Amino acid sequence: MPVIPGSFNYHRPSSVHEAVALLAKLGDDGRALAGGHSLIPMMKLRLAAPANLVDLAGIADLKGIRSDGNDIVIGAMTTQHNVIESDVLAAKIPLLRETSLAIADPQVRYLGTLGGNVANGDPGNDMPAVMMCLGATYHVMGKGGERRIAAREFYQGAYFTALEAGDLLTAVRIPVPPAGHGYAYEKLKRKIGDYATAAAAVVLTTSGGKVESCSVGLTNVAETPLWAEEAAKILTGSALDAATVKKAVAAAEAITAPATDARGPAAYRTKMAGVMLTRALARAKSRIRG
Amino acid sequence: MAKSHVTMKVNGKIVDELVEPRTLLIHFLREQLMLTGPHIGCETSHCGACTVDLDGKSVKSCTVFALQANGAEIRTIEGIANADGTLHALQEGFREMHGLQCGFCTPGMITRAYRLLQENPNPSEVEIRYGISGNLCRCTGYQNIVKAIQYAAAKLTGVPFQEAAE
Amino acid sequence: MNDMTPTSAERAEKLEGMGCKRKRVEDIRFTQGKGNYVDDLKLPGMLYGDLVRSPHAHARVKSIDTSKAAAVPGVVAVITAETLKTVNLAWMPTLAGDVQMVLADGRVLFQNQEVAFVIAESREAAADAVELVEVDYEQLPVNVDPLKAMASNAPMIREDLKDKTDGAHGKRKHYNHIFSWQAGDKAATDAAFARADVTIREFIVYPRVHPCPLETCQCVASFDKIKGELTLWGTFQAPHVIRTVGSLISKIPEHKIHVIAPDIGGGFGNKVGAYSGYICSIVASIVTGRPVKWVEDRIENLSTTAFARDFHMDMEIAATKEGKVTAMRCYTIADHGAFDACANATKWPAGLFSIISGSYDFPAAYCLVDGVYTNKAPGGVAYRCSFRVTEAAYCIERAMDIMAQKVGMDPAEFRMKNLIRREQFPYTSAFGWQYDSGDYQTAMNKAMETVNYKKLREEQKAKRHAFKRGETRDLMGIGVAFFTEIVGAGPSRACDILGIAMFDSAEIRIHPTGSGICRLGTKSQGQGHETTYAQIIATELGLPADNIMIEEGNTDTAPYGLGTYGSRSTPVSGAATAMACRKIKAKAQMIAAYMLEVHDDDLEWDVDRFRVKGNPESFKTMTELAWAAYHEVPPGMEPGLEAINYYDPPNFTFPFGAYICVVDVDVDTGMTNVRRFYALDDCGIRINPMIIEGQIHGGLTEAFGIAMGQEIHYDDDGNITTASLMDYFLPTAVETPHWETDWTTTPSPHHPIGAKGVGESPNVGGVPCFSNAVNDAFTFLGSTHIQMPHDHWRIWTAAEKLGLHE
Repeated sequence: MPVIPGSFNYHRPSSVHEAVALLAKLGDDGRALAGGHSLIPMMKLRLAAPANLVDLAGIADLKGIRSDGNDIVIGAMTTQHNVIESDVLAAKIPLLRETSLAIADPQVRYLGTLGGNVANGDPGNDMPAVMMCLGATYHVMGKGGERRIAAREFYQGAYFTALEAGDLLTAVRIPVPPAGHGYAYEKLKRKIGDYATAAAAVVLTTSGGKVESCSVGLTNVAETPLWAEEAAKILTGSALDAATVKKAVAAAEAITAPATDARGPAAYRTKMAGVMLTRALARAKSRIRG
Repeated sequence: MAKSHVTMKVNGKIVDELVEPRTLLIHFLREQLMLTGPHIGCETSHCGACTVDLDGKSVKSCTVFALQANGAEIRTIEGIANADGTLHALQEGFREMHGLQCGFCTPGMITRAYRLLQENPNPSEVEIRYGISGNLCRCTGYQNIVKAIQYAAAKLTGVPFQEAAE
Repeated sequence: MNDMTPTSAERAEKLEGMGCKRKRVEDIRFTQGKGNYVDDLKLPGMLYGDLVRSPHAHARVKSIDTSKAAAVPGVVAVITAETLKTVNLAWMPTLAGDVQMVLADGRVLFQNQEVAFVIAESREAAADAVELVEVDYEQLPVNVDPLKAMASNAPMIREDLKDKTDGAHGKRKHYNHIFSWQAGDKAATDAAFARADVTIREFIVYPRVHPCPLETCQCVASFDKIKGELTLWGTFQAPHVIRTVGSLISKIPEHKIHVIAPDIGGGFGNKVGAYSGYICSIVASIVTGRPVKWVEDRIENLSTTAFARDFHMDMEIAATKEGKVTAMRCYTIADHGAFDACANATKWPAGLFSIISGSYDFPAAYCLVDGVYTNKAPGGVAYRCSFRVTEAAYCIERAMDIMAQKVGMDPAEFRMKNLIRREQFPYTSAFGWQYDSGDYQTAMNKAMETVNYKKLREEQKAKRHAFKRGETRDLMGIGVAFFTEIVGAGPSRACDILGIAMFDSAEIRIHPTGSGICRLGTKSQGQGHETTYAQIIATELGLPADNIMIEEGNTDTAPYGLGTYGSRSTPVSGAATAMACRKIKAKAQMIAAYMLEVHDDDLEWDVDRFRVKGNPESFKTMTELAWAAYHEVPPGMEPGLEAINYYDPPNFTFPFGAYICVVDVDVDTGMTNVRRFYALDDCGIRINPMIIEGQIHGGLTEAFGIAMGQEIHYDDDGNITTASLMDYFLPTAVETPHWETDWTTTPSPHHPIGAKGVGESPNVGGVPCFSNAVNDAFTFLGSTHIQMPHDHWRIWTAAEKLGLHE
């Protein structure tokens, strides 16, 4: 069986403008190459056979982590390794580092990008649910110029996102949560580096012992990442008591529709989404400071 | 398919070759540069037998096109030994601690461990196991690989190595 | 060793002989990336082969159009069954007396079965061409359930055997039936069950798994048209067998076939038999006149090469109410896939499964195995199984736990009560095996004391109460396994591979300056033979191990052997090595006597020299004697110093072990944490403790993978769903537990150096130990048996069924 990709033309633009123009021109015959750790394995198995690859590695504007008001803007070609090493992110949005550390393995993290992880549309990727949880916005450059799409509105189906032909995700913009917030990414997996059997991302703040704000994302328990809005509403205003958590878990379970695969039957994975949520809430609560 | 030029520094030597765009870095290294140390153990980027050090990063060379490595500086197992030709502490440690059996995962494992110790010169056992989680081994059960890396870490930082009691 | 003088001890230490942790010779090249594996080989003019494979599990092949593929630039030829028929190689004989399609001949019988072989100037061209071969399939009904294989309406898998009621191993009772094999005394066993106080019966499945060595199967075939000679490099655990079989099927005379197995990146039984890729490469090389390389990829490896296990065992034990076992009875359905390519010795279609009475004194026992065909890949014997011993050990060890539970005894206590006692050795089991030696009680006691078994059970009791009170959601399990292995195949009266007796060999030549070379018929795939055989020679001949070169794998130079699998290298070639050494030593003694002008009997051996009894200053070292053998031998004696031994073992050897495991199961997720794993192994005399420990670590890690998450799984349409490393569970360093190893030493009385072999013991004992631990966590709630693998969702499901999730 072949494990060699089909032939393609290789392009290496040096600017976003050049890349977008190229992708627009190539249409269905062109694909962007970010970290390559989703695309290249697919190409080796000939599940993807783009006639042209547009390597984004040479575009300086796609890298970097910067502050912009109360937001942090992360270039799409920022690697998971960059995220882990970033002091700014560790201090301001520690959920990202925790999630990056749960993705794949050291080698993949050296090359795998944040942009690739969020734009791919693979329901197994970890960052999308985290971005939904954080209320992130994606900067997208396309034929009509730049537009911004909320992460919570970005995912439409398995490998199906709001990106149109020729679009390029250039950056991820995240509003910084309040200092001292509680956070956790709780991921159940068969082994380290695997996609989640189920995972829950939680960010919350409390005031006077009660939940003031809460946001929940769920990974790999539906065709898209899930923002568990109802579950978060139930938890808001509560003391995270067992009865309320149980209700929130039920609400979270209700929106799941996981695949049955080697990780387990759908019913099991739904239950695990609930268990991960419960554990993520406990850990998030324990991390609240001030 | 028309070939493209690719230039990189491999184990300290500049190389200049022609490749197809679809030529994977692992094949470039093994077939064109005759560096058969890194191996191929899978096609889904799981096993890590192909691991090389690229611009200071541990990278699975089976998941990188040679063209992507244009201009890069690469080190494979063949370039891990010390500049004076003596074995690297890791190469010594793997032998001392019986950290290999069939040897197939070993080049990738040592090359990864090399970068791990650059990232973290004094890793705990947990950190070592996490740090080599991208490298599969079917023979050793990892326990002696961990010891080998601990041996090397001790030697490189000038600390006496104490093998943990069983 | 009592009267060793310091200088003797010093000399012995310098030799690095048996018993020392000699560092490995192999490591020098492996740690520098200078190993020599098949895919490293590059020959001038070499072509690349790649296989077209069937997407369907069962289909008629209506047509194959290779024209587009053949037109790809760089493609030299495309071979199908039609091509192979011209040289009578469309089908090949298997090791199990069956035949197997090399390339699809009108039908495909399992997903990814080989259909066509593309040969091209580059891997890229071959890959492109594979995509362009057009095959017209007509799908047929599929069966992947071995329990349904012999139903009256089951899809017929083997049309080619349609009217053949005589199989290779006796009568076939159904068109999907391969063989029936039985052992033991059915009448006595049935009688014992009829009058038993207590019986248990459980259906125990050992799922299909795969050894998955890190290096896949591969070869380079190079046929020299002018000389009429074939050179075949390949991943061969048994290179001589490949040569003989290759000669029989290709009609190339055996002396004109050169088989070379270089460094092999792990075997574990996956690299014993012949695969389509090898045959196609040979034919391609003959047809093109150029070397042809074939390297399989991981998906191909997992989905088409020798799988392991897939045994479905209906197991019963009878016992007295005091907990003394009286009989065992087991009916097994063995799923062999679409062709019987099971790598067993000829007379043993179910391998050595009848070791299933295990370490226990069963007065009566009976087992019956039916092999069946399904639409799955062929194989069955692999993955450190010692020829189905893993299946047998898993079955008996689970069943003993289930019986212990029924009679209300602790699993360790129950075992102690039934272990074969040391006075009973050599022990003849109810299945007729003569276990060579053992002291099970000492091993079991040592294991239990070391882990403080009593305290663990107390802790478990307390934790169970805490669980019931809702204070914890973890369940603690303690797994015990006491296995008896049977390895070292084997005595020629019992064991042959396609008619070749399963002896093995060692040929030793000592050079004038006191170093030497030893060539053997075994073939290491990571077991460290270059290091360990030299240690045997160092001790036997008193020459430093560093001075002995060990060579395996080249059929032109190595004496005939049956290869390395089934932990047979130490028991058979290790014995041959010792015996060859003793011939050399005997000759050296005569030379020494001549030089020292004494009678042979006036000499005694002291580590590395012969010295005159009562006059220790008068001696000749083996190094001096080596020179003398080439310089001046006694009149009438041939010069030179070498010997060869072909060793036909008088019996198998029976290593054994006591393993204890502690787990904590999180019932809400099904995650299991292995808190502790203690493995005590008795492999007789230990040649290199460091290497033994490494083998145990590796085997236990395989066992961990098997027990906790591996399976080669097919859906109902015959699609394999676990064919890549995404889903086939290979543990990383993170999941893999810490291993504690220990030992006792009970030498084998019939082996020249008392060694038994150990490589497969950890897989044999490890899997039941893990599985017993997980099961033990739930026994207090009435659970008797939870099937493997014990992955998260299955454990959670078991907990759900027990009502543990409210």
